[in-house]
Amino acid sequence: MQYFLQQLVNGICLGGMYALMSVGYSLVYSIMNFSNFAHGGVIMVGAYVGYFTLTALGCPFFVSFLLCGLGSGLLAVIIERLVYSPLRKRHAPSLYFIISAMGASIFLENFVIAAIDGTPRNFPTLFSNSINIGGISLGVDSLMMIVVSVVALLVLMFIIQKTKVGLAIRACSYSEKASTLMGINGDLVIFTIFLMGGVLAGFAGMLYGMRFIVRPTIGQVTNKSFVAAVFGGLGSLPGAIVGSVLLGVMEIFVASFNSNLRDLFVYGLLILVLVVKPSGLMGKVVEDKA
Amino acid sequence: MSWYYIEGILIQSCYTLLIVLGLSILTGYTGMFSFGHAGFVCIGAYIAVICTMSFGLPYLVALIIAGLVAMALGALLGKITLNLKGDYFCIATLGVGEAIRLIFNNLQLSWTANGKEFVLDGAKGIASIPLKTTFVGSLVIVLVFVTATALLMNSKHGRSMLAVREDELAAQMSGINTFRSKMLAMCMSALYAGIAGGMLAHYFGYLQPKMFMMVKSTEYTIMVIFGGMGSITGAVLGTVLLCALPELLRAVGDWRLVMYGLAVIIIMIVRPRGLMGGKEITDLKIFRALFTAKKKPTLPAEDGSGADS
Repeated sequence: MQYFLQQLVNGICLGGMYALMSVGYSLVYSIMNFSNFAHGGVIMVGAYVGYFTLTALGCPFFVSFLLCGLGSGLLAVIIERLVYSPLRKRHAPSLYFIISAMGASIFLENFVIAAIDGTPRNFPTLFSNSINIGGISLGVDSLMMIVVSVVALLVLMFIIQKTKVGLAIRACSYSEKASTLMGINGDLVIFTIFLMGGVLAGFAGMLYGMRFIVRPTIGQVTNKSFVAAVFGGLGSLPGAIVGSVLLGVMEIFVASFNSNLRDLFVYGLLILVLVVKPSGLMGKVVEDKA
Repeated sequence: MSWYYIEGILIQSCYTLLIVLGLSILTGYTGMFSFGHAGFVCIGAYIAVICTMSFGLPYLVALIIAGLVAMALGALLGKITLNLKGDYFCIATLGVGEAIRLIFNNLQLSWTANGKEFVLDGAKGIASIPLKTTFVGSLVIVLVFVTATALLMNSKHGRSMLAVREDELAAQMSGINTFRSKMLAMCMSALYAGIAGGMLAHYFGYLQPKMFMMVKSTEYTIMVIFGGMGSITGAVLGTVLLCALPELLRAVGDWRLVMYGLAVIIIMIVRPRGLMGGKEITDLKIFRALFTAKKKPTLPAEDGSGADS
């Protein structure tokens, strides 16, 4: 039982981190209807910002944490401006967006490899102690992961549900054309979703680096968070969060059974979801526009 | 630079061209984006190696079997995923491509055939595969497939694929069985990838699942886009430029892939139809001037068609 609970906590930890990443995919999909594969690169850059501000600049943890979010948010916005904006102006089909996103992701990953290097780096140990609740040991870093994810996601949900900007975002996710006709600034909405997704991606990158390791090919992990977004239903924020936590828990249980199978399980689940219910757990069913 | 080195690059270009041609049918002509093509190459490579090393089949027979197995898998995948809309198809191929690699990464099998034991040992891969891929052989295979692709694309089926790419709904309303067109594209591209996988394995002499990461799939897709979607000349051009040129400019090293990424973004913004812009070499003015000068132009308006799209 204790073992079960321990694994459950580990799973929720991992799921929380996936959630921070996957909401970025979902936010973009909900408005622009394409899978932003450059998001992985943004997360990776966030992790590197965290690493260098901690080691080279010697920033305190919270400062570098905020810098991570800031750096990634900026990068996401810059990518939107330089890469997607020209395509958006031309009303290019979503295929072109995906290709460009892939190009941006390849660019970011290899730019880091070429400019820094490809060796994995360890974060300095920040929190080594762990607390024990009823026989379940919980590292402070894991606790941080859960707390940060929950707080960040609550703030995001608040912005989306209660503020005027959130209302604009929700309106655009129903129909961008109609909302812009109603006087909503579409560019500003897209700017906001990229900024929010980017900031969360930066946090996720930092948490990932703290827990595991920083390397240019973090993309594999971000692919899994993308799977989580699909599992929950692309374009749905609650779906992305629920999907991420479920995926994290299931992945940890599969890994505790046989750690070689965890990746295979994740991609197998992806195929299964697409075959059985492509709109995921909570996604809206999109009719193909003619 | 020795001939041995150049020959290596040429062989690599040949089998990459085969993969890119197949992908060109799927992405360039039918408009379906695949993130998992390396998976088909992986299947083809393993099947071909098992055929030659364990069952002692001739190289060409092994290639054909490899292609057919990959094709069967492509058909199965198509049956399941081709009805998915938009992004979901390319997400599915991403899942399948990674899953295939991960299965081979974890597969532990051994069996005895022809009195020899054959071991498939997960991530360790297979070593000392006989080197049977020669330059002349690959060139012949590739030329056969270039011709086949050109014929296919000029046939009724090829035209249907183009129609599906341009507007699936309109194609359907014009009486085209869009599912069958997409299925054909899927099967053909898997077949090409499988055969190319066999050639790859018998060129390198060893196999490891990590040779077929998702990055490879995107690299192939980039070659298709770079050369120009919907053009065989474009596929050849894209492959040769992106495959052979960086090999010759090894000094660029790590920055090669950075430029890849940048090039893709710029092409999407400036010239989304790629270098050839959906045209074949036979459409170009200079080609016409050289080879069809004797004939009278059938239509005056045709002359300007090669300039730009």
